[in-house]
Amino acid sequence: MTLLSVEDLTVRFPSRFGELTAVEGVSLSIGPGEIHGLVGESGAGKSTIGAAVIGLLPHPGYVAEGRLRLGETDLRALSPRAAHRLRGDRISMIFQDPQTSLDPLMTVEEQLIETMQAHSDISRRAARERAVDLLEEIGIRDAESRISSYPHQFSGGMRQRVVIALALCTDPELIIADEPTTALDVAVQSQVLALIRRLADERGIGFLLITHDIGVIAQVADRVTVLRGGKVMESGATRQVLGQPAHDYTRDLMDSVPPIDRRLERFRVPGEGGGGARHAQDDRPAAQARRWLTAEGETEPVGLSLDEVTVRFAGARRGLWTREAPFVALDGVSLSVRPGSVLGLVGESGSGKSTLAKVITGLVSPASGQMSLGGEALPAAKARPRGHAARRLIQMIFQDPFSSLNARHDVGRILGEPLWLYGLEPDAKRRRALSAAMLDLVGLPADAIDKYPHQFSGGQRQRIAIARALLARPRFLICDEPTSALDVSIQAQVLNLLKDLQSLFGLTVLFISHDLAVVRQLADEVAVMQSGKLVEAGPTDQIFERPRADYTRDLLRLTPVMPAEWRAA
Amino acid sequence: MLDYIRRREGLWLFTRSPAAMIAALATVVIVGGALLAPWIAASNPYDLSTFSLIDGLKPPAWLPGGDPEFLLGTDDQGRDMISSILYGARLSLLIGLMAMLIATLLGVGLGLLAGYFGGWVDAVVMRVADVQLALPAILTALLIDGIARGVLPTALHQELRVPVLTLAIALSLWVNFARTARASVMVEKNKEYVQAAMMQGQHPLRVMGVHILPNILGPLLVIMTVDLASAILLEATLSFLGIGLPADSPSLGTLIRIGMGFLLSGEWWILWVPTAFLVALVVSINILGDFLRDLFNPRLR
Amino acid sequence: MAWFLIKRLAQSVLVMVAVAFLAFSLFRFVGDPVSQMTGVETSVEDRERLREELGLNDPFALQFLRFTGDLLQGDFGYSYRTRQPVGEMILDRLPATIELGVVALLISLVVGIPAGIYTALRPKGVTSQSVLLLTLVGVSIPTFVIGIMLIFTFGVWLNWLPTFGRGGTVEIGWWESSLLRPEGWRFLILPALTLGVYQLTLTMRLVRAEMMEVMRSDHIRFATARGVPWRRLHFRHALPNTMIPVITIIGLQFGGVIAFSIVTESVFQWPGMGLLFLESIRFVDIPVMSVYLVVIAFFFVVVNLAVDLLYVAIDPRLRVREAA
Repeated sequence: MTLLSVEDLTVRFPSRFGELTAVEGVSLSIGPGEIHGLVGESGAGKSTIGAAVIGLLPHPGYVAEGRLRLGETDLRALSPRAAHRLRGDRISMIFQDPQTSLDPLMTVEEQLIETMQAHSDISRRAARERAVDLLEEIGIRDAESRISSYPHQFSGGMRQRVVIALALCTDPELIIADEPTTALDVAVQSQVLALIRRLADERGIGFLLITHDIGVIAQVADRVTVLRGGKVMESGATRQVLGQPAHDYTRDLMDSVPPIDRRLERFRVPGEGGGGARHAQDDRPAAQARRWLTAEGETEPVGLSLDEVTVRFAGARRGLWTREAPFVALDGVSLSVRPGSVLGLVGESGSGKSTLAKVITGLVSPASGQMSLGGEALPAAKARPRGHAARRLIQMIFQDPFSSLNARHDVGRILGEPLWLYGLEPDAKRRRALSAAMLDLVGLPADAIDKYPHQFSGGQRQRIAIARALLARPRFLICDEPTSALDVSIQAQVLNLLKDLQSLFGLTVLFISHDLAVVRQLADEVAVMQSGKLVEAGPTDQIFERPRADYTRDLLRLTPVMPAEWRAA
Repeated sequence: MLDYIRRREGLWLFTRSPAAMIAALATVVIVGGALLAPWIAASNPYDLSTFSLIDGLKPPAWLPGGDPEFLLGTDDQGRDMISSILYGARLSLLIGLMAMLIATLLGVGLGLLAGYFGGWVDAVVMRVADVQLALPAILTALLIDGIARGVLPTALHQELRVPVLTLAIALSLWVNFARTARASVMVEKNKEYVQAAMMQGQHPLRVMGVHILPNILGPLLVIMTVDLASAILLEATLSFLGIGLPADSPSLGTLIRIGMGFLLSGEWWILWVPTAFLVALVVSINILGDFLRDLFNPRLR
Repeated sequence: MAWFLIKRLAQSVLVMVAVAFLAFSLFRFVGDPVSQMTGVETSVEDRERLREELGLNDPFALQFLRFTGDLLQGDFGYSYRTRQPVGEMILDRLPATIELGVVALLISLVVGIPAGIYTALRPKGVTSQSVLLLTLVGVSIPTFVIGIMLIFTFGVWLNWLPTFGRGGTVEIGWWESSLLRPEGWRFLILPALTLGVYQLTLTMRLVRAEMMEVMRSDHIRFATARGVPWRRLHFRHALPNTMIPVITIIGLQFGGVIAFSIVTESVFQWPGMGLLFLESIRFVDIPVMSVYLVVIAFFFVVVNLAVDLLYVAIDPRLRVREAA
């Protein structure tokens, strides 16, 4: 029996360049109690399919061809009025960000009751009772009193539960979940995924689970459809598709997914050319950049150490003389990065990882504690003069490649800036030549130098950011979630590049990530942080194989991954 | 990505928006006419020898009694309406533009400093802005003019009317720029390209001028356009109230005030011709501002 | 919440002190009070005695404190021009301006908010597009031109309504009101329209922009996906979220109403405070100017404090503490 059947769905977006086909000839079906994963990289058309099913395609998109049936109902034949009645009643939807999904001015109770009353003749009283029961069932303790709270009074994970309750309160047959756990931390993600699984099993609700995360699919989906460029690449039982991919694209995709249980020397990246850092022959510009980076004897690796560093942020004012207790972002953190090694720093959002990076780069001043770089004391924030050597020696690669480059400057200017700023190269012509050589080293074409950041993809921008960091001739590189905004195949390329550069130039690296699997691929040692404190630190293999702290064990256990045995055959 | 689309689509959207095109054309014609007034105007309203009382109160050319030499008629002094308007628009535009530019420099400068440094700098600038907001634009302009009247000797005040008026208008408009610039800076400051520049130890002035400023130009450009319109309106209003420019160097507002005297007599053109001209100018500038606003906020399209 | 209100109150007091200081500087430094109060025949000794009596030789800070103290006690000094107490002059003109401003603001809200909602919900409709173009013309026509056009149409051409001054008022104690007799309304309607039209266009455009912004937000998308009835979606979800930024701006617009009432009063010779202010500027009547300044700022501050209270009423995030 099928609940939802999609046949030959084609969705188009008219634009002045002609019609853009976002989804082309997609077919899939979902049965009651089935979780169907929809996976693909950005631009694959995942969300468009979900929006088409519930009838909320963003303007000016429209369903050009295909059949959409929910049970016996032809979804395309519905009048706008009937379609709106069906929404929430038979199909519900869960969005990505629980922070913004709820009306901030209305109590949770009011929102639940209005949704039920929109679809059935139920009294307020009865609706309220059902709402309380539902919240209890979904894991909100003390629902009877919590129900009259406003959304901002719930934490992120609880808010996503409220969102799920809203989607559930009318007993829908199908729920479309669009990246439902992407904004959540690992522990909450695992609870929400378990809840989704339970609802499918116990209530027989069908789920269309849209996500970019292969691990999430592996953990809960029964079947999976792999999309690329709006077309279905492969579809089938989850274990089959992920474990023994039949299609080349799926195979490449699975090769790019970093495994959490072992370290790969390099990712196998299809079509990775002979350019780039590793293969720089003497006649290529990249070799010039390499020579420049290793010239003048600055090749000795430097280490960094932090001693009892504490950072506090003043609490919000609550009255004339009262303030909330200050927020302790870093609580007596001591750690050291050995010269020439990679230290992986992991932790969930709010654990203080990024604050640590800001302390090292001098953007945030610590309340107490000492730092040293290469054996010399490293002054903090305001005490570090503008021309201090560490300003050059420490460079950083940021998370968001779309905001880390100045959109109004061309690449030549972006890359020339550190050379000029640090007085490394007074001659403008030579600055430009060197920038071009560096672009070759990070695997970008020579003509990139005259373009603007918006003309590049996310992965290419991240390469430009890496080139900018290298042009300061740094000895210590901080990478703050450098790949978390990138698609998994692009992530594999950037990680390969970082590995090559690190070993080539003996850089010391602090690699910050929430993604354990990524850290495993790069780090020699790992430090785990939780709410501003260092939980444990040690060699990578030891942390992953024999974690000592409960917190680390939980993180490893709860991170959704594909079971290793699937891969075997 | 959005930025890219925006650049390429700007011109295309422009050709697709008849209102914006007409407005741009009207603005160019009016500004061009005002700039070239000394060369294309039939007479010079400041120069008594170029017009004569004999030509007084002639209606527009197409009406009975009209003279083809004076296409839109003449006033009671025999001045050609078109010439008066061109010279008037010249003065109105000059004051409007200067006031807008001064307000931009002052407002953007203070807004950048407040947004970038935060803390007490921000507190001081924003409290001054609060005070300014409590005293609306017209009031501020009137007040400054009143002060100038009290402080300066009468002769000097007459001589300095244009700069005083410009300054009065500029000082009543800067808050808009300061608030917008401050809000934009506070958003940009947390973006990673600014963090990168700060981390490298670049001078705060360089970070503000070279990195942040070019990225917040969009919203500022919209305000510049809208405030140019406001400045022109404000000048016209002050002159209309008899506090702006005197009758011997008439701006558009002064011309309308003079025209008010003819509201009840038959010479309607002395009032309505400059009025229509002023409205056309301001409407055009506002339509362009609206177009720019949509352009920089693509989600509204 | 308490802290939010305390902070806003402190800011308001600060604004008032700054404005009082401005008014004081005006009073003290623009034109010498003594030469304004005396004639050419007054001897130097008499001038010096007057100077001493008025406390003009005291330290600056003391003079400012005395000035502020007088203001707080309702002692506003005497006009240079009419020699009357400024307080009485202002109080005399106050009702006219307040009634004009309130009626104009009501016109702008009662028409502007529904029109803004309508154009936001049907952005592509012909009606919306034409209304939108009309408002663009509306914000571009100077207030005094609107006034002239209304005078011309309803006063000169149709001869329906009076265009000059204020008539048909009823006295309630010291308050002279136009609102209680139809005759009063006949005088009030044109000035109020003139003042209201400009604010109306601003209100409408603002409500429209905010509403469209809110309609794109995630929680509206989610409510749509839950099948919440359209009416409820628009008026229970979108509208309250729209009102938060809108009431802020309306508070600020109050300043605009006061400012443009100067123009309107001048066009219609409406005997309000604005006209008084214009006259005082023409005659450099500093005491009236400075007191007017203080009164306007006071109104503005009070209205914006009221807006803050409204904020707290609408937004639970200011009312109820956040749970960690």
